[in-house]
Amino acid sequence: MNLLKSRSARAAAGFVGAAVVLFAVAPLVLSDFRLGLLAKYLCVAMVAVGICLAWGRGGLLTLGQGVFFGLGGYAMAMHLKIADAGPGNLPDFMQLYGTATELPWWWQPFANPVFALAATFLLPMAVAALLGSFIFRRRVKGAYFAILSQALAAAFAIWLIGQQATTGGTNGLTDIQGFFGYALDDPVNQRTVYFIIAAVLLLLIALARQLIQSRYGELLVAVRDSEERVRFLGYDPANVKLVAYVVAAGMAGLAGALFVPAVGIISPALIGIVPSIEFVIGAAVGGRASLVGAVLGAIAVAWAKTALSEEFPAAWTYFQGLLFIVALAFLPGGLASLATVVRRRRAAAAAEKKAAVIPVGEAA
Amino acid sequence: MSSLPHIHRRRFLAGTASLAAVVALSACGAKTDAAGSSDKAAKIDVSGDTVKVGLLNSLSGTMAISEVTVRNSLMLAVDEINASGGVLGKKIKPISEDGASDWPTFAEKATKLIKEDGVAATFGCWTSASRKAVKPVFEKNRSLLFYPVQYEGLEESPYIFYTGATTNQQIVPALDYLKSQGLKKLYLVGSDYVFPRTANKEIRAYAKANGMTILGEDYAPLGSTEFSTIANKVKASKADAVFNTLNGDSNVAFFKEYKSAGLTAKSMPVVSVSIAEEEVKSIGTQYLDGQLTAWNYYQTTPGAANEKFVKAYKAKYGQDKPTSDPMEAAYVSVYLWKAMVEKAKSFDPEKVKAASDGITFDAPEGKVTVDGASQHIYKTARIGKVGSDGLIEQVWDSGKPIKPDPYLKGYSWASGLS
Repeated sequence: MNLLKSRSARAAAGFVGAAVVLFAVAPLVLSDFRLGLLAKYLCVAMVAVGICLAWGRGGLLTLGQGVFFGLGGYAMAMHLKIADAGPGNLPDFMQLYGTATELPWWWQPFANPVFALAATFLLPMAVAALLGSFIFRRRVKGAYFAILSQALAAAFAIWLIGQQATTGGTNGLTDIQGFFGYALDDPVNQRTVYFIIAAVLLLLIALARQLIQSRYGELLVAVRDSEERVRFLGYDPANVKLVAYVVAAGMAGLAGALFVPAVGIISPALIGIVPSIEFVIGAAVGGRASLVGAVLGAIAVAWAKTALSEEFPAAWTYFQGLLFIVALAFLPGGLASLATVVRRRRAAAAAEKKAAVIPVGEAA
Repeated sequence: MSSLPHIHRRRFLAGTASLAAVVALSACGAKTDAAGSSDKAAKIDVSGDTVKVGLLNSLSGTMAISEVTVRNSLMLAVDEINASGGVLGKKIKPISEDGASDWPTFAEKATKLIKEDGVAATFGCWTSASRKAVKPVFEKNRSLLFYPVQYEGLEESPYIFYTGATTNQQIVPALDYLKSQGLKKLYLVGSDYVFPRTANKEIRAYAKANGMTILGEDYAPLGSTEFSTIANKVKASKADAVFNTLNGDSNVAFFKEYKSAGLTAKSMPVVSVSIAEEEVKSIGTQYLDGQLTAWNYYQTTPGAANEKFVKAYKAKYGQDKPTSDPMEAAYVSVYLWKAMVEKAKSFDPEKVKAASDGITFDAPEGKVTVDGASQHIYKTARIGKVGSDGLIEQVWDSGKPIKPDPYLKGYSWASGLS
C-alpha cells in the first residue's frame, strides 16, 4: 500500500517537474529557433509513448509507425493547405502539377476543420484496427510482424510519391502558412503551437501510464511474455495486442498532426522505412518498457541528431546505427534499466564474494 | 494571439459553432500577417570584419555525391573573393550545414542559418524537393537563397535567385535539337519525383504541338537499380530517342541494362538532363559513349574564364576532378551575389534584390546576366556528346543566352501547364 502511494506520488512529482521544465524553463532559456526544434522533438516523443506501449509492454516491434505519423500529418496538412488556399481555390501544388480543376473527392472532407482534426487520430487508429485484426488473428508475430509493418511504411511512402498531382509527391505538403487562422510565421503563434504540443505530450503520457497500470496493462505484459499461457487462461491475445497497436497508432497520428504546424512540412521522407526505424531507436535507447525512458530517449536521440549533424555531418548516420546496436545488444532495457542492471551486477558480485568467502572460512 | 488554447477548448465544446469560429479566426490571422510584416526580416550579422553566408548542401545521404561537388565549388568562389578583398570590405565567413538528403532537415538547417547565425545569403540545395521545403523558410524570414541547379521551372520566389537553367534554357532547346535531327518518336524515362514528372508533362505538351509522339513514360523510384523491364520496354517501343530524367545512381543501372538490351547511341540515342561530367565518371564511359546531354556548361566550354575556373578547381581539389554545370552555376552564384551587394552597397536582402536586374558576370559558361523580374539568369543552352575520354563535347548551342521564362509564357503550347 505504502509502495503504491509513494509510486503515484513520485509520478505526480514527475509530471509537475516535467510541466515546469516544458512550460516555464524551456521557453525562458531557449531561443525561438531552439524552442521550435524542441517542439519537433516532443512530437517524436509522442510516437515513442505509443511505441513504449506497443513494443515495450506488448512486445510488438512496430517498425512502421511512420505510416500512422504520416496519416495524421497529411490529414492536418491537407486541411491547412485547403485553408491557406482559401475557399474555391486549389492548393498551390495542385495548380502546378495537377490537371484537376477542383479538389479531388478524398480531399474535400478535410476542408472541414472538425473532420480533419478528428481524422488526425481516428484515421490512423482505423487503419491500425483493420490491419491489426488481420495480422493478430492470423497469429503473425515477432520478426514477421516487424517486416510487415516496415513493408507497409515503404509502400505508403512510394504511393505518396507516385501521386504527385494530389499529394505533392516527394515534395510533400509544404509552405503551410496558417494554423486555424493564425499565421505560423509569427513567433508568438509558434510558441503557442509549442505549448499545445507540450500539453498533448503530457496528456498522452498520463493516458499511457493509466493504461499500463490498469489490469489491461498487466494482461498486455502477460501476452508479451507468454502468449500461449494467456490464451489458456481464456483471454484472446489478439484483442489485447490490437488495443495497444491501435492506441500507439492514434498517438503517432496526433504526433504527425502537431508536427505539421511546428515544422511546416509533411513529406514521404518522414514516413518511409528510415524515419520509422528512427522512431523506434529513441525508444530503444531510452528504454522501451519504461515511459520515462522511451520519452527521454526519443528526445535525446532527436536532439543528438541535430547537434551532431551540425558538428559532424557525415558521422551522424553511423553513430545512430551504432547506438541502436549497442542498446539492443548490451542494454535491452535501454538507459532506463541502467540503474537496475548496475544494482543487479553489484548484488551478483556481492553474492559471489560471499560465496567465495565461505569456503575460505571453512578451510580455516 | 496567445489565447489560441482557449479558443481551441471552446471549439471542442461548441461543436456546431466550430465553422463560424474558424472563419472568425481566419480573419484574425490574416490581420496579424499584414500588420506584422515590417519587422519580420531576418537580422544579418555584420558585426566585426566578416559577413556570414550559409552553405546548405547534402554532405550525407544519397545526394551527397552530387552536392559535395557544389559545396567545393562554392568554397572555391568564397576563397577567391576573400583573397581579393572580400565583399564591401568584409571577408566572407561561410557557415556550413548538412541537409542530409532529407527535405525537412533542409528546412531546419535553413532556419538555423538565418535565425541563429544571421547569414546575409545562403547558397545551395539541389533537388526540387529540398528547394520547395526551404522556400517558405526564406520567404518568411525575408532572406536570400541562391539555387544553382537546373530545375523544372514553374516557380518564381521573391527570395530565391535561380542560377541554374529553367525549362526553356535546357529541356525546350533539347527538344528543339531532337526535332531538328528528325528524332520525333520519344520514350520518357525518369526518377519518380517532382522534376522528372513535371519535365515530362512539359515534354508531352511540346510534343503534341510539334508533331512528335511519346511512345511511353516510365518512372523508377529514386535510387532504384532495377531497369531490365524498362530497358526492354524501351527497346520494344522502337522509339527514335529516349529522354532521360533519371537522377543519381539509377543512371548506372539504366545505362548498363540499355547496353545489354543491345541499344546504342547510334540506334537509339538517349538525351540526359541530369548527367554531367561527375556522373559520366561514375557510370562508366563505355556505357555512355556517344550519348547526348543537355546543359549550359561543359568542362570543355571554350573561353578564358572557364580555363581559369577549371584550373583553379583542379588545383584545389585534385587533377582528376571534373567540373560540371551545377558546380559552375554555384560558383557563378557567389560572384553574382557579390556584384549585387556591391551595387546595392548593402547586405540588406531587399536592397540586394532591387540592385539585381542587369548584373552581369563573365562566367565560365560565357557572359551571364541577371533578369531582375524573374530572378533567373540568361543562359546559353548547349547540347553535348559524351566522348570516350569521359568529357562532354558540345555539338550544338543556342548561339546566344536565352531569356529565362520559368512559366513558359512565351510558348503557346505550354499555356495549359500552369
